[in-house]
Parts: sequence; C-alpha cells; structure tokens
Amino acid sequence: MRILAKLLKNWLSVTGFVLLLFFIVVAALAPVLAPPPRPHEPYRIPRSGFKIEPRPPSEEHPFGTTEGQYDIYYAMVWGTRTAFRLGLMVTGLTVVIGIVIGAIAASSGALVDEIIMRGVDIFLAFPFIVAAMVLATILGKGLDKSMIAMVAFGWMSYARLIRGEILAIREKEFVTAATAIGAGRPRTLLYHTLPNAIFPVLVQASMQIGSMVIWASTLSFLGVGAPEGYADWGQVISFSRNWIISSGPNPFKYWYTLVFPAGALVLFVLSWNLVGDALRDILDPRLRHGP
Amino acid sequence: MINYILRRLLFLPVVMFGLSLLIFIMMQLLSPYQRLTAFVSNPTKLRSGDAEALIEKYGLDDPVYKQYARWITNVFHGNLGYSTTVSLPVSAAIAKYFPATLELVLFAAIPVVFGGILMGSLSATHHNRLLDHSTRVVAIVGWSLPTFVAGLLALMVFYGLLNWFPPGRIGIWAIPIVNKMRRFTGLNTIDALLNSQFRVFLDALRHLVAPVATISFVSWALIVRITRSSMLETLRQDYITTARSKGLRERTVIRKHARRNALIPVVTTSGLMVAGMVGGVVVVETVFGYQGIGWWATEAARQFDFPAIIGFTLFNAIVMVFINLVVDILYAVIDPRIRLQ
Repeated sequence: MRILAKLLKNWLSVTGFVLLLFFIVVAALAPVLAPPPRPHEPYRIPRSGFKIEPRPPSEEHPFGTTEGQYDIYYAMVWGTRTAFRLGLMVTGLTVVIGIVIGAIAASSGALVDEIIMRGVDIFLAFPFIVAAMVLATILGKGLDKSMIAMVAFGWMSYARLIRGEILAIREKEFVTAATAIGAGRPRTLLYHTLPNAIFPVLVQASMQIGSMVIWASTLSFLGVGAPEGYADWGQVISFSRNWIISSGPNPFKYWYTLVFPAGALVLFVLSWNLVGDALRDILDPRLRHGP
Repeated sequence: MINYILRRLLFLPVVMFGLSLLIFIMMQLLSPYQRLTAFVSNPTKLRSGDAEALIEKYGLDDPVYKQYARWITNVFHGNLGYSTTVSLPVSAAIAKYFPATLELVLFAAIPVVFGGILMGSLSATHHNRLLDHSTRVVAIVGWSLPTFVAGLLALMVFYGLLNWFPPGRIGIWAIPIVNKMRRFTGLNTIDALLNSQFRVFLDALRHLVAPVATISFVSWALIVRITRSSMLETLRQDYITTARSKGLRERTVIRKHARRNALIPVVTTSGLMVAGMVGGVVVVETVFGYQGIGWWATEAARQFDFPAIIGFTLFNAIVMVFINLVVDILYAVIDPRIRLQ
C-alpha cells in the first residue's frame, strides 16, 4: 500500500501505469475492437487486395493500409497481444533460466562456479541482437523461433545478478541462524536466501520487458522475425521503410505507415520503462534515504 | 598490474575455444545441405546429385568432433566460405565492409561518451531539479525509442523533408573518385582528406550525420543513466564530505573527487555499451542503406546466406572479446583495488 501511494505521487509513473492499463484493455478486448475475419487464426492481418501502394486512412481502414494492403488498425490491435506475449514470455523464461543457473553457480563449489560463470562470459561475448538475429536465421522464420533465439542469449545478466545477491546474502546473520537451527543447504537456499535475493532480479526484469519487445520488433524489422502478414508492430514498421525513402515531393505522404505502429511500439515500451524506473527508485534501498 | 594482464591473456584462448564451440553448435543446427554452401563457390552451378557427392567429399555427415576439427582448421586459415549475397569470399567481404562500420562507430562514440558523462553528472549534481528531470525524460525516451524507429524518423525529416542527409555511404557522383583514391585506412572521411579530396570528405561526412545521430541518441541514454546513479552514490560517500569540509570549492569536489570515482562503473559498462552499439549499427546500417558489415549481415540473413552469417558472428565475437579485454585492463588501470586483489 505504501508502495502504491508512492507510485501515485510521481506523475511520470502514473503516466506509465495509465498507458500500461490502456494496452492491457486493448489486448483483452482485441476480438471486440477488431473482429478477426478468420476466427481460428486471428493473428493473420486481413488484406484487401494486393496493390503495392499504401492507402491513407479511410472509413474502411481507420489507420490506412501498408504496402500489400494489410490493415494497419487490425495489425495494431492484435499486435498488442503479440507484444505482451513476447515481452512477458521471453522475460519470464530468461528470468527463470537465469535464476536457476545463477543459483546453481552460487551454491556449488568453486570449480563449478568458475566454469558456469566463464560460460556466461562466453555467451555475453555476442552482442545480443546479433546473436539473436543469427540464431533466429538458423532456426528459420517464425515468432516462436525468434523468441527461442532471444531466450538463448538473454538469461546471462539475471544469472550474474542472482549469483552476486546470493553470495552477499549468504554472509548475513539470518542465514547463519537458519543453518544453526539445522536447516539443510537446499532448504536454506530455497526458503531463506533465494526469496531475499530475488527482488533486484524482478525489478530488472520489469525494465527488460520493454527492451525485449523492442528487440523482437527489431528482429521482425530486419526480416528474421514473424512471418509476413503476422500481426506484429515491427513488421508493419518494416513495410514503411521503402515508402519513406521514395515518397517523392511530399515526404509525409505515407506518414500513417510509420506513425501509428511506431507510436504504439514506443508508448508500449515507454509504459514498461516508466513503471520499471518507478519500481527501482522506490525499492532500491540505496536511493530510499537520499539527500 | 603485469600479473593481472597476464592472467587475463592466459584466459583468452579458453574464451576463444568456448566461443568457437558455441558458434559451431549453432552451425550444427543447420542441415548438411545448408552447411554445404560454405564449400561451394557458386551454388547456382550445382547439378542434381552433386550435393550428395560434396557432402560425402567434405564429410558433412562425419562425427561432430571431426567436423569441428576440420572447421576450426579452416577458420585458422582464414577460409570461411563464400557469401552469395555479395559474391565475395566471406573473409574478403569482412575486409571490404568492416572499415565502413568502424567509421560509423568511431564517430558515434564521441558524442555518446562525452555528452553522456557530462549530462549524467550534471543530472546527479542537480538531483531532483529541472535539469535532472528533463535529462531523465530525454534519456528514458531514448531508451524506449527503438533504433529503427528513430532511424526511420530521421530519414523522413532529414532526407524526405529537408534533403540534408541522404541514405547510403557516399553520393553516386563520388563513387568513381573514391574507387580511384589511395586507401590508407578504409575510412572514407580520413582517406578523402589524405587524398585532398575535400568535396568527397564533406559528402562522406554528410552521409554519416544521420546514422551517427541515430546510434548516439539511443546509446546515450545508457551512459546517462549509469553516470547519474553512480554519481549520486559517490556524492553520498564520506570522502566527499571530507573534501567539502576541507573548504574545497564545489567545482573541485565534483570534478576531482566525485566524478573520477563515479566513472569506474561507467568504464566497466562501456563494454556493454559497445556491444549495444554494434547491435545498433546492424539496425542503423539497414535503415540507412549504409553499406557496412551490419548491412551485409542483414542482407545475408534475409537471403539465408549461412557462411556470411557464421563468418559475421565469428568476427563479431572476436572483436567483442578484445574490447572486453581492453575494458578489463582499463578498469585495473583506473581502480587500484582491482589489480591488488
């Protein structure tokens, strides 16, 4: 309750929460806001014709169409669900993998710890988007493939963080006390160390959800993410590039192909970042009693 | 100090081995047919039945350890296969496209490092005042803005509307001049200056502005955030109070006592930042059609040009390992606590 009260005091975090709420509502009401013409595959964007040139907003297409006549409004509504699924699933999986590996490293002997952490270093030697792009290309097209690729190269920072936290907390008195009353090592880890070490990881994870959505849409933009016609913001944005470069005398002629999907993406990421930032400022004990 | 560096260097082969293993595992996810392209200089000339014979000949169905040994030998000989996307051997393609990327990263690093550190520390010394809030808003927007969206917006405004900064690496009129120039570094700007081609220099610079601005705007946010929080923490240390109570001027306290110490975490994360920039470069080069190594990788990924992708990954990983090594050594240089451990 105290946390909630603090959150509401800061207008930036309020903005973040309101935005996030908006996206949740859109995702939940997607079938009402944009009824899918093919109910069994709602993520396929309906297209009206195959003409190449994008068409501006009209009554039939409130946000216009992309090249190849995909409806932008539909793609944005269902893309919200894609974004939530991507962000939450990739972040959730990377957090779980990171916690397991970090906890194993911290609670085993020096040799295993060293091997695991050097393995982490090797994974970290690849720039994230490059590694994800390469693995996604090798695995083949599809949203699930790019999610696997992102998880494969996204868990390392959590492993490092949780390992450091566990090592620090293990020195605390309450852990010694738990050992003294006869709790075994697994019990101490699961009931005493881990619950106390997990908090910073969760804060960092909340800030990573937005980044994951950015990376997923980047993969789509580079052409190795979702298959063509899938309701995904990054892909709709990638359709707009050619029309921005070759729009002739009026550079903003095809503005709707960029502004709507990019706006949705930026606001979505911004909402998570604002919420994450607020959480960190409130929960970080070092900043709590600042000057 | 020497001891510390030696220990890091000794560890280098182990990291390299691990890296090669990881890349090799990724390669093994491909079918023998897909891996075959690394050995064929022109796959379009293959006839039916040839592929099976070649898989047999190059042992692509062999046990994994034999394949790894063969592959790593090839890598050491600089033989990385043939990139169909650009019709060049992979090693030649890396040599051709890397200087362009290097140029981009070097130009982008200047505003990111200096501007980021300045804004971050100003933001901390003006904690919770207007400057701090506005810096944070700009940084969080930069953090939330995907690189490709920022790039497309820049393209729309600065190319479409104003026609100041066109896409590509060099104007069409300058290509014959660039091809005839004597190459010293491979960087268009520097080579043009050394050849006293000032119009080419200006043109190369003009093509750099938009991609450099895009990369720096996005990476800048990270440095600002780290500098700010590190500075806030340092300003609360006892030795800062000591410095102030000695009667030192606030400017001296902040510059000499606080900022130097606050920069330590900034240096350690600069490896992370370079990694982020390399990722950003892939996107930015694609958006602006700037023909560097990232552009090549994206084209290769779209056309399933596997030798190119694997070669690009390997090259990237090696570069990152060396950057991390330099960062670790730098870290020891500025923080005596590390090298005394």
